[in-house]
Amino acid sequence: MRKWAFWLAAIVLLLALQATLRGLIGAYYYQIVILVGINIILAVSLNLINGVTGQFSIGHAGFYAIGGYTSASLVYYGGASIRSALPFLPSLVQDTILLLIGLLAAAVLAGLAGLAVGIPSLRLRGDYLAIVTLGFGEIIRVLILNIDAIGGSRGFSGIPQLSNLFWVYLLVLATIITVRNLIRSSYGRAFISIRDDEIAAEAMGVDTTRYKVLSFVISSMFAGIAGGLFGHFTMYLHPNSFLFTTSFYLIIMIVVGGLGSIEGSVVGAVLVTVTLEVFRRFGPFRLVNFAIVLVLIMIYRPQGLVGKRYGYS
Amino acid sequence: METFLQQLVNGVSQGSAYALIALGYTMVYGVLRLINFAHSDVYMFGAFMGFYLANSEWIKTHLGTSPLTAVLVLLGAMALSALLGILIERFAYRPGRAKTRFALAFWLGIAGAAAGQLVNASLAATVIGAAAGITIGIVLEKVGLHPATENSRLALLIIAIGVSLFLENGGQQVFGADPKFFPQIIETKLLDVGPLRIDSQKLIVLGVAVVLMVLLNVIVNYTKTGKAMRAVSFNLEAAKLMGINTDRIIAFTFALGSALAAAGGILVSLLYPKIDPLMGIMPGLKAFVAAVLGGIGNITGAMLGGLILGMAEVMAVGYGESTYRDAIAFIILVLILLLKPTGIMGKGMIEKV
Repeated sequence: MRKWAFWLAAIVLLLALQATLRGLIGAYYYQIVILVGINIILAVSLNLINGVTGQFSIGHAGFYAIGGYTSASLVYYGGASIRSALPFLPSLVQDTILLLIGLLAAAVLAGLAGLAVGIPSLRLRGDYLAIVTLGFGEIIRVLILNIDAIGGSRGFSGIPQLSNLFWVYLLVLATIITVRNLIRSSYGRAFISIRDDEIAAEAMGVDTTRYKVLSFVISSMFAGIAGGLFGHFTMYLHPNSFLFTTSFYLIIMIVVGGLGSIEGSVVGAVLVTVTLEVFRRFGPFRLVNFAIVLVLIMIYRPQGLVGKRYGYS
Repeated sequence: METFLQQLVNGVSQGSAYALIALGYTMVYGVLRLINFAHSDVYMFGAFMGFYLANSEWIKTHLGTSPLTAVLVLLGAMALSALLGILIERFAYRPGRAKTRFALAFWLGIAGAAAGQLVNASLAATVIGAAAGITIGIVLEKVGLHPATENSRLALLIIAIGVSLFLENGGQQVFGADPKFFPQIIETKLLDVGPLRIDSQKLIVLGVAVVLMVLLNVIVNYTKTGKAMRAVSFNLEAAKLMGINTDRIIAFTFALGSALAAAGGILVSLLYPKIDPLMGIMPGLKAFVAAVLGGIGNITGAMLGGLILGMAEVMAVGYGESTYRDAIAFIILVLILLLKPTGIMGKGMIEKV
């Protein structure tokens, strides 16, 4: 009963925000709010693999890209036929169905990609895993760059705008709650045991490979959803939005916030996104000073702003 | 056959440049177990230092285009980049490892200078800003703000990413974001070797790279400092117990690696004269792949990895799809890591419980 009340309240609140916020704060700040939401999904999901399971992935942008392009191309090429199959529904409902189908496909495909990457590479540890994930992220980007049907190096334009504040933040809530429940379940305890001591976990009977791949796949699925939301908001995708620097920024978010904690990821995502946007008018100074602040935070408070101390060896 | 030989020459010269950059990655990884992401930007810095040295009035009026100019430009840029490497190590990586002072003053000084420049684009404002930043840094340190000791390796990695971002964006600010053209410091000749026409620049690149690598081998294998480097890389704690000043050795390693990266930057700029502040990202990443390919931490491996990577890339572009060029390195990387995770020359490490 309380669950239903929570979701009902959330939906009503989000609908109200959706109806008013854009008029209240203008299109520019509205866009920042959306970006913050998408980055929260990405950071919380990346935190699941990097912070909770303790595997160091720096290829999250690749799964983000797969999700974005999957959902966008599905709706772009298949949207008309899906709409014509449902002529009796009002266009708003059609939009919703299209978006949900797109996001579902994005999650599935990104999850499959996560599986394909995870099974071979999660045998590797530490820095080697990091580099392989980075390599996969770049391979995905170069492949997209070479597929002409989705724009290639011109970028993919003409994507229908389907996502908005309501959908982004509904999925932010869904992501946070799913990840939180997952961490509190027996799966989560297995993830954490792998992070804290992989050998001990294995000795205690945790199937480490299976859990590592699982956390990788779940993490990739949420990244895919974030990609879908991003594409359907900006209406344009370009491979350069998914450079490995994007993965770096996501890592920065979760580490600055505090690795391993969901609150930390949310705080990190909000802080980094807002800081980078607000100081945009200062040009390159913005990133110079951002980098300095980042280095100083890591020197003086390596456990992040919110998080507790974590172990990584 | 002729095309193949031609491509072989291209591949070897491209590969030797990758190898020079890869050496810095592998040496730093050897002593600190750190992927030094800032290394690719030291390479960029080296190319820019070469650019400014070659375009300086003194060089232009006194030397013009001569082999001496080329040597001076190369050595100057290498020295300046070595200095940058030492600064990075001292103020970004060391604070997490050892007791250091003035890290806060250093970074706040730069931030202050940037802020001063932003308020008023004059030298005075920049200096005042820097002074204010340094003062605040020193005062905070006196009050008791000290770096967290025992940084995790992940924190170090994020610091490396931060320094890399800093150098890229600082570079855009200081050098300008628009591409510049590296001057011809050596005249190009086309040499006919049998059926091949070889650009003399390519031979120079190869020659300089070989000389530097031989020099590095001598330093690492036949000097006392080199011995200490190997000891630190083998076991840092034990090396410390044997009376080696590990901090100095680590700084020396950074200097050496950065100088080689600068040499790589200038050599690549001879072949492809367009330079810009973001030019380091891709070659840096590929050089890192080369280091992993050869077995990270292993100096011979890095040279070998660089050559293989350069060759593979040039061949793939020459005979196949050039648009996939950037993917080749990563496909090789993924394959090698899945088949032999320690790389070609790397030794496996036994995991102790």
